[in-house]
Amino acid sequence: MVTSPNDGLSSPRKTSAINPLTWLLRNQGNWLPPLLGIGGFLLIWQLTSAFGVTRLPSPSSLFTEERTRILIFYPFFDRGGLDKGLFWQTFASLGRVAQGYTIAALVGIAVGITVGLKPTLNRAFDPLFQFLRMVAPLAWVPIALVVFQKNQPAAIFVIFITAVWPILINTAEGVRQIPQDYRNVALVLQMSKGRFFSKVLIPSALPYIFTGLRISIGLAWLAIIAAEIVMPGTVGIGFFIWDAYQQNYVGEIVLGVIWIGAIGLILDRLMVWLQTRIAAGQ
Amino acid sequence: MITTATQPLLRFEGLGKVYPTPTGPYPVLDNVNLQVEQGEFICVIGHSGCGKSTLLNMVSGFSKPSSGQVLLNGVPIEKPGPDRMVVFQGYALLPWMTAYENVYLAIDSVKPKLPDREKRDVAMEHLAMVGLYKASDKKITQLSGGMKQRVAIARALAIRPEVLILDEPFGALDAITKEELQEELLQIWNTQKCTVLMITHDIDEALFLADRLVMMTNGPAASIGEVMPIDFPRPRNREDIMEDPKYYELRNTALDFLYNRFAHDDME
Repeated sequence: MVTSPNDGLSSPRKTSAINPLTWLLRNQGNWLPPLLGIGGFLLIWQLTSAFGVTRLPSPSSLFTEERTRILIFYPFFDRGGLDKGLFWQTFASLGRVAQGYTIAALVGIAVGITVGLKPTLNRAFDPLFQFLRMVAPLAWVPIALVVFQKNQPAAIFVIFITAVWPILINTAEGVRQIPQDYRNVALVLQMSKGRFFSKVLIPSALPYIFTGLRISIGLAWLAIIAAEIVMPGTVGIGFFIWDAYQQNYVGEIVLGVIWIGAIGLILDRLMVWLQTRIAAGQ
Repeated sequence: MITTATQPLLRFEGLGKVYPTPTGPYPVLDNVNLQVEQGEFICVIGHSGCGKSTLLNMVSGFSKPSSGQVLLNGVPIEKPGPDRMVVFQGYALLPWMTAYENVYLAIDSVKPKLPDREKRDVAMEHLAMVGLYKASDKKITQLSGGMKQRVAIARALAIRPEVLILDEPFGALDAITKEELQEELLQIWNTQKCTVLMITHDIDEALFLADRLVMMTNGPAASIGEVMPIDFPRPRNREDIMEDPKYYELRNTALDFLYNRFAHDDME
């Protein structure tokens, strides 16, 4: 454990000792295709907008138009009310995601373990879980609004109910997949319930739990947009887009969508990084 | 006191096991009778499907007899317990832990009241016994098959079981590692003198290790066909016993049992 990260550190240092330009040339297979792909996409977008094929503003106009230019270069402005920079909009959305996702993780792991350990419970509730997880986030919004009457708890509930299923189902599967050998060892050693839980069950099911957590973070982020769009008057990237649509600021919509994609990507990478750190050596 | 002195450690009494199958009940074992003395090294041999594993599972307590019983010190075996520790076929080590942590976890589970210092000492002592003192901090995933089996043996012996149960422990290992491990097992057994029940497919392994070789008849309703005493003096040396003409006599008896008297239909 102690030696391998050191080894990992020393080798990139050696390669970076070479001229960076030669390094770039040598690894052009890695960065050239994505660069060409994204560049090509932007170019086609620019051209179709320029010749009026679509009504979508061109990528370059995001910088030339004043409204979007301010949003790009000043993500931290705050003029009160809903008039805030994209950083604050995203921050508000992420705060809701964090709350809903945390509850989803706690409930999903706890219920998943219970169901995974008790086949009868699993048979009883699995059809229900499979049914509920098919309900789209947007469909939960009216239900949540009826139940909670307020925007904030309703949004958090929508996140929770969208994100909980993959965590629950994967955790239960991970618990079911604990090799019989490990259970037998626990039986021979007459391990206490608590010891079996912390020393065998959790470490053994951890890769499955993380798979669920990773799927869910993406879903939670998708759900917040859905939730906020129908919740007027909330600061958040979802409502920001809806507001822009109603006022016909198409450039702002495009910018908002780019932010959403970028944040989603970062969240997913973050989970992958966490997974490799915690589940190392499994 | 006299009763305990004459009582064998393990007694199989009319032991039978029937498994339910879609085509009706299938008797695996029927009327197995055997007595094992304290400190004996017993090997069990037989064709696959003869219920060797089922037999040992009823000693370890993972499986319950359909008829008859197994008695340990006169008490029927009901469930698994650390007095009958198992070395599993697939090692069954926890791969996210180091070798040391696996052994320590076993000691800590079985004897939670032992002072921590002592637990650590016992763990290291048993890892040293199987030659893994230096590799004790290695993750299980970093170890070879032979080293994993050594950890499994160290873990099993560290909790000082009365009966050590091994289910084909060396089957997956190469010939050289296998012989090394046989010798190590014998050495440790000489110092600890626990009772050993071991399943094997290898007649030479049994002749080198065992005091008695239990030969099983074929299933269904398999039973003990013959119990062959192997009385080479101990400590044993592989070359010495292989020069003994009696070695080939015993070997031929076992081969005759397995390939003539109870030959298996399909090729082994």
